[in-house]
Amino acid sequence: MLAFALRRIVISVPILLVASFIVFALATYSADPLGPLLAKNPPPPPSVIAAETARLHLDQALVPRYLSWLGGLFRGDFGPSVVSTQVIGDQLAGRFWITIRLVVLAMVIALLLSVVVGVITAVKQYSKSDYAATFLGFLFLAMPSFWLAILLKQGGIEFNGAVGTQAIYTIGSSSVPAPKGFWANLVDIAGHLVLPTIALALISYAAWSRFVRASMLETLNSDYVRLARAKGLPRRTVMVKHALRTALIPLTTVTALDIASIIGGAVVTERVFQWKGLGDLLLTSIQTSDVYALTSWLLVAAVVVIVFNLIADLLYGVLDPRIRYA
Amino acid sequence: MPEPRTSTTLTDQAQLAQTPGAAPVDREFTVAERSQTQLVFRRFLQHRAAMISLVVLVLLVLLAYVGGALWKYDVGEITPDNSVPPSLDHPFGTDAVGKDQLAQVLGGTRISLQVSVVVTLFATAIGTLWGSIAGFFGGRIDTVMMRIADLVLTLPLVAVAAMLGHNFGGTWYLIAFVIAGLYWAYVSRVARGVVLSLREKEYIEAARALGATNTRIILRHLVPNALGSILVNLTILVALAILLETALSYLGFGVQNPDTSLGLLVSEAQTALTTRPWLFYFPGLFIIIIALTINFIGDGLRDAFDPQQTKVRQ
Repeated sequence: MLAFALRRIVISVPILLVASFIVFALATYSADPLGPLLAKNPPPPPSVIAAETARLHLDQALVPRYLSWLGGLFRGDFGPSVVSTQVIGDQLAGRFWITIRLVVLAMVIALLLSVVVGVITAVKQYSKSDYAATFLGFLFLAMPSFWLAILLKQGGIEFNGAVGTQAIYTIGSSSVPAPKGFWANLVDIAGHLVLPTIALALISYAAWSRFVRASMLETLNSDYVRLARAKGLPRRTVMVKHALRTALIPLTTVTALDIASIIGGAVVTERVFQWKGLGDLLLTSIQTSDVYALTSWLLVAAVVVIVFNLIADLLYGVLDPRIRYA
Repeated sequence: MPEPRTSTTLTDQAQLAQTPGAAPVDREFTVAERSQTQLVFRRFLQHRAAMISLVVLVLLVLLAYVGGALWKYDVGEITPDNSVPPSLDHPFGTDAVGKDQLAQVLGGTRISLQVSVVVTLFATAIGTLWGSIAGFFGGRIDTVMMRIADLVLTLPLVAVAAMLGHNFGGTWYLIAFVIAGLYWAYVSRVARGVVLSLREKEYIEAARALGATNTRIILRHLVPNALGSILVNLTILVALAILLETALSYLGFGVQNPDTSLGLLVSEAQTALTTRPWLFYFPGLFIIIIALTINFIGDGLRDAFDPQQTKVRQ
């Protein structure tokens, strides 16, 4: 299993290299990091422009520029930002934990919810609860995540207005200044997580519950499940030990494949709730043509996606005894 | 026998399919093929949710194009009434500068529909060909081509599309090309899976035995046969493409003023949710209706093509 994990990591390195080069080239050729500086009125003196050009390595050709950025990565240096006081590595590290807690929590909730609802709707196929859950699933699938998030935010604001106190946090990832003490801080962060997590989780839940339902229906109709019932095992045992375990195996792949789109969804959700997370960093980097920040951001996102895919593949071995990573 | 048996080639069958009634009675294969299509068609007609969705979607398209052309206000036209709630004169109300919201929403709907058509056409064409070639040849070619697709799939779509949209975008067709330029990778994954199972079929072997070139086998045998199942799997991507465009426009990296899009309308309305809620609800409702109907149609198509999937043996 360790050898398998190592081999997978080694295989993903070239993908990351090529991906980062393409993103770097696209970002470099499509935007001018000096644009805001040159647009200033009165125009800045040529010496300032020359200094900025040298600081951002704009005097180098594309390939050496990329290689020097790549070399810097090994020293923990993500390259110079267009905002000279800003260190890209610190920005990424600080915001990473803000975004990842939203992403992971939303994923866990969406998974639990989709398994429960998927199983119930599969067992009670064509019942009223099945139709209701199916319709809701389709509805969430068709709903733009930002629209749902804005609605939730508005609901939170109106609830606060009705109660007359700040019962639900609608803006930011934590209070400023942060409350004193570990527990108070934790409660504050959890409180800020509620609405964004619901908004992000519901979208994934919709797709996954449909998938669990279909997968569960397939296993419920298989011969070995009927045999297990026929030989007199209790219904509950058959459902959980025989059917559910098999039905969940493909879900790990689907979840891993969706992680990139959940990060994308987090970018949108963070914008609605005005979080200063990775999403905000991405959007600002795009707006200011911050090539190094942009490429570093996408590299971090790609690493997260690859790590999650690796975990999913390893889980496969745990869930499915037929698969052994020899 | 009016014709020799050798004339049952692919092109002949295609011509026969176009002119029903011209087929001689003894062409059993043509008859069998048609009845399969009829079966699929009949199953689709019986899928109530899919049929209702199809009617709603057709009505929506008519409303967006015909209704939008007939409606007394144009997109971006400023009327003397500003911030009017929904009324007879302005069924969807007006915004702060007096733009008629019905005209705006219908304009945005047209953009969303156009984006989805362009994305579907290009992403399906590129992705199907890419996946077919990879799946057909296998081996090293497959590895390299699928690694390239993986590379696209590794990056969050919204992030890359926002970057490209900011730098190259603005108008709806550029946004559509950006989305299609990322979506083909999903399509190629689906197409490869379908082709992998098809390439072992007897008729491929027969075609090869008859001396058909690889290009001919891919274009004349693999792609047409794979297309049905690929399209069924892709209807959900059409809805996702629409949602992606609205999300990009919401973030400010999609369709820009003076063009309008449903995402842009929601984005502009989000600050006025308490004072002018109609600006927020109507474009959102239209996004939901479009995506919902397309998903239901996809569901109906899936059931029609593969009735096994939903049937329960009691």
